[in-house]
Amino acid sequence: MKYNWDWHIFAELEPGASGTYLAYLIGGLGWTVVTALLAWTLALALGVLVGTLRTLGKPAIEKACLAYTELFRNIPLLVQMFLWYFVFPELLPQAWGDAIKQMPPPWSSLVPAVLCLGLFMSVRVAEQVRSGIQALPRGQRMAGLSVGLTTWQTYRYVLLPMVFRIILPPLTSEFLNTIKNTSLALTIGLMELTGRARAMQEFSFHVFEAFAAATLIYLLVNLCVVLAMRRLENHLRLPGYIGSASNAPQAGH
Amino acid sequence: MNYDFDVIARSWEYLFKEGMTFTLTLTALSMVGGVVLGTALALMRLSSIKPLSAFAGAYVNLMRSLPLVLVIFWFFFLVPWLGAWVLGSKDPIKVGAFASALITFTLFEAAFFCEIMRAGIQSIPSGQISAAYAIGLNYRQAMSFVVLPQAFRNMLPVLLTQSIILFQDTSLVYVISSTDFLGAASKVANRDSRLLEMYTFAALVYFVICSLASWGVRRLQARTAIIR
Repeated sequence: MKYNWDWHIFAELEPGASGTYLAYLIGGLGWTVVTALLAWTLALALGVLVGTLRTLGKPAIEKACLAYTELFRNIPLLVQMFLWYFVFPELLPQAWGDAIKQMPPPWSSLVPAVLCLGLFMSVRVAEQVRSGIQALPRGQRMAGLSVGLTTWQTYRYVLLPMVFRIILPPLTSEFLNTIKNTSLALTIGLMELTGRARAMQEFSFHVFEAFAAATLIYLLVNLCVVLAMRRLENHLRLPGYIGSASNAPQAGH
Repeated sequence: MNYDFDVIARSWEYLFKEGMTFTLTLTALSMVGGVVLGTALALMRLSSIKPLSAFAGAYVNLMRSLPLVLVIFWFFFLVPWLGAWVLGSKDPIKVGAFASALITFTLFEAAFFCEIMRAGIQSIPSGQISAAYAIGLNYRQAMSFVVLPQAFRNMLPVLLTQSIILFQDTSLVYVISSTDFLGAASKVANRDSRLLEMYTFAALVYFVICSLASWGVRRLQARTAIIR
């Protein structure tokens, strides 16, 4: 039994003749990063909104936000991916659905992937924001209101700036999860890093070189994000607070 | 657009007898395997023997940095070669999709269970370990009679929540064309061109199971919480 290792494969041309296999994989990394950043923007915007709404103390709004959370949390991400890709365009008015389906690749899979990941991750962000707001001393909200700020201003100028600095570490790991989860978009035809490693394996039969390269690239991306965020965390750490708010173990990935 | 929900009634038996059985068996076995291996990794990570803790740390960090899809691909291709190497055979051995998925999920989830168990073990006051040693228990006895039972109890809700996530994650065996619940639904969907109906139904089934399970975990959490 012998496996034919051949690292020169990366310098060879891929069948689409867009360049070498190495360039092909790095192009895949580009799509991974683009998808992750777009999805993360959506997740942050929605997550902050929903997380904040859950702390307003209005039962009806809280129920609606809880339903939103439960919906996206209790369906596997892959199934959600299929729902966005196959089912969502059918539910729209005919013309819109056709417009989505007829987008040229990679947009036809990138848009559903971004929507899917963005909403899926927004629930996780919302949970962090909610627990961050609830962890603040009650006096902060009262102080804000008593100096004459409106509820909106209290959140905007008093509570949320504190919360962001406290929940930065858990948000970092959620961002890393977003990057990892983009790999699921390969099932709807987005040729991101994992998808391209898989394609390279099919074209060249060099299984382990392809996956080893993808593994290495993911580790490097992880390392870069962790180092960058650590600098940011050190810069933004609140004086008087010990480390991160979430040393408690959490399920999930 | 006409809908045909009759397709669900027609494929009911295939979906549940074949698909859901695969999903549930895979979830249960890899949960047990993952917790056992994860606990072992946690003990290694907390061990004072440097190489052991370094190995466990590296393993856990590696698994946690990689997307599950990539890990599934890795093991799908790697296990036949490893098997051949262990058995000394000339060609890669044949490994079924189920065995391959089981190995993958056990090894992958072990990294996540390890972190949970590590937190569980660290939540036990160190005085308890000193007390265990003081009454003459050795390391194995102190761990298995004093520390681990309490760590399990403290971490039970998190372990179960992680298992619900594991249940959801098993749907990813789709990428190696296994017939788990989602795989079965997708095969029927493509055979009958009923993607909308089948994927909506699959989402509904997962939603109901996961909601019930997490409601159960919340109840359990309320009942087993130790009042301090």
